[in-house]
Amino acid sequence: MGTMIIDGRKVEFTDEKNVLSVIRKAGIDIPTLCYHSEVSTFGACRLCTVEDDRGHTFASCSEEPRDGMVVYTNTGRIKRHRKLILELLLAAHCRDCTTCVKSGECNLQMLAHRLGVTQVRFENTREIREIDDSSPAIIRDPNKCILCGDCIRACEELQGVGVLGFAYRGTDAMAMPAFDKRIAETDCVNCGQCRVFCPTGAISIHTNMDEVWDALADPELRVVAQVAPAVRVAVGDAFGLDKGRSVMGKIVNVLHRMGFDEVYDTTFSADLTVMEESAEFVNRVQAGIKLPLLTSCCPSWVKFVTDHYPEFKENLSTCRSPQGMMSAVIKEYYRDPKHAAGKKTVVVSIMPCTAKKMEAKRPNSFTKGEQDTDIVITTTELIRMIKNSGIDFAELDPEASDVPFGFGSGGGVIFGVTGGVTEAVLRRLIPEHDKRALDEIAECGVRGDDAIKEFSFDYQGTKLNICVVSGLVNAKNIMEKVKRGEANYHLIEVMACRRGCIMGGGQPPRAGVRTKAARSKGIYSADNVSIIKKPDENPMVMALYEGLLKGKTHELLHNQEY
Amino acid sequence: MLDQSYYRKADEIIEHYGRKASSLIPIMQDIQGEYRYLPGELLTYVAGEIGIKEAKAFSVATFYENFSFEAKGKYIIKVCDGTACHVKKSAPILEALHKTLGLSKKKHTTDDMMFTVETVSCLGACGLAPTVMVNEDVYPRMTPESVVALVEKLRGEGK
Repeated sequence: MGTMIIDGRKVEFTDEKNVLSVIRKAGIDIPTLCYHSEVSTFGACRLCTVEDDRGHTFASCSEEPRDGMVVYTNTGRIKRHRKLILELLLAAHCRDCTTCVKSGECNLQMLAHRLGVTQVRFENTREIREIDDSSPAIIRDPNKCILCGDCIRACEELQGVGVLGFAYRGTDAMAMPAFDKRIAETDCVNCGQCRVFCPTGAISIHTNMDEVWDALADPELRVVAQVAPAVRVAVGDAFGLDKGRSVMGKIVNVLHRMGFDEVYDTTFSADLTVMEESAEFVNRVQAGIKLPLLTSCCPSWVKFVTDHYPEFKENLSTCRSPQGMMSAVIKEYYRDPKHAAGKKTVVVSIMPCTAKKMEAKRPNSFTKGEQDTDIVITTTELIRMIKNSGIDFAELDPEASDVPFGFGSGGGVIFGVTGGVTEAVLRRLIPEHDKRALDEIAECGVRGDDAIKEFSFDYQGTKLNICVVSGLVNAKNIMEKVKRGEANYHLIEVMACRRGCIMGGGQPPRAGVRTKAARSKGIYSADNVSIIKKPDENPMVMALYEGLLKGKTHELLHNQEY
Repeated sequence: MLDQSYYRKADEIIEHYGRKASSLIPIMQDIQGEYRYLPGELLTYVAGEIGIKEAKAFSVATFYENFSFEAKGKYIIKVCDGTACHVKKSAPILEALHKTLGLSKKKHTTDDMMFTVETVSCLGACGLAPTVMVNEDVYPRMTPESVVALVEKLRGEGK
């Protein structure tokens, strides 16, 4: 508690952990490249340097606020400092901005522009290093690395995976996996948080946009899209629309215009997931086996379990993810020559997630020897494709998704946030359909931004202990507790990315506090306006069980093994 | 693949220092002391045993010049190229060593695993410049001729 004087104005502070946060609170967007409030402070980039009343300069991220402290954020000296720092960073950085995949969303580029760096006096003497494109999810280009360490801290502190580290020293220093292994040879779970944190093009998404354009241009193919719940709340702001507002209708329209034959909604298969997973859950609870049930929607989490907790493989739900179920069902539908009409079907999955690219290639993502999901693109790639097409997205009229897989319940939509899967399963477990019963579930502890949510739920006289986790490092802590026998859960829902899929590795990066809150709100609003809240109320889902899925639920909706 | 005996030795060393993150450096030093280099597979193994990430262990191992992932020769010859030695003409000494042993800036160790030649920044014996160290012994005021003679002498002893 106290008061600081920032650029001559009094600013109150309470529990801010550093001067930087107080300055930002005062409405001054001080530049940073290595500071993220969710991971530890590193203090490497020095861009947040400020000056005090005695002329001392210091990095504001690494200094605690003190009562009576006087700081200046924009003196001539500070400005010169910052500009020089950027110039020095750029000196050892690849300068192919126009052709860089991160162009337009690169922090380094933006800051260079903002701070007025118009030329770099120094020659880049760093040797050119090989680009690692071994991973289906991310690409690592060491030539664009500025050694801020953001990827390292995200991987280690948020995800507990720790694939990346600093290696070597001085001018040889690099951020890389141990022994400079290729990403595909490491324990990387493909979550893409390193890419979200990377302020430059050093880590980017392994893009598949060209394959989609090629498929769309081929008249022999039927190109079918499925759009995940979290995508719809992260596209609008790229086109000047409200942050977090669901623009699913516009997305459907734009995809039709681009040439997609059918546009389906992954919330539909999220409903299928709820049907299957809740049945599986009840069976396990009644039999008292393979508990806690671990959710299987998140491919990064599934990989984390199979890599690090193989003894819990059996606990993973056998349900395919919504992406997996949807693609398997679509492919099966078009196997019928009546529906195929002589065309081969290509399923394009539009996801907030980089790991879905890996999931699509997992051996258990094949049905009848055929890969279910042909191409996965992320929200970021979708936005780029819309821009590429030149279609005025903001002005598009909303359109409805196509039948028969274009409609999901509100329970399917909330899969996009942490706790959503659990909430939808709980909705399915209760017989009631009224608002009061659903509100009770919403308030049982399943919602909210907390990384770990523990609560219990009464199911026909049995007290179900439930844990909802986001962020793999938190999941790891919970699993260690389970392993030691200190925790007794019936269900553990894990989403690898903090806050769930709305903050997935494939979403547009640089989301601040407001964007995070808006995306979450957008998902719950989409649920609020759904007339149908439970999967068993979804007539399309029930019709599918009576038709196409008869005798095929095991084959189409479940993973045969992990 | 490393022989099982390497892992047994590593276990012994890990046991001695304790399974904790802070044991990393002493463990790596002892392993290198034992084998004259740090086998990469063992670094991965040690990281797993003391509960740190492989990338972190690699980070520490590459930070210090002293750790080497390449097997070193029986005689490690360190040619000082600090300021004093450099002006006293240490470069021709290094050149002579490279020539007589068939080594280069990229190839540090002879194929018979007898000699490894490295440069170091300062041995702290500037009064004796130019200085060369062979394992633990310091050789003062070297010349290209005397260093070649030294190599011949060591080669005789080493056989």
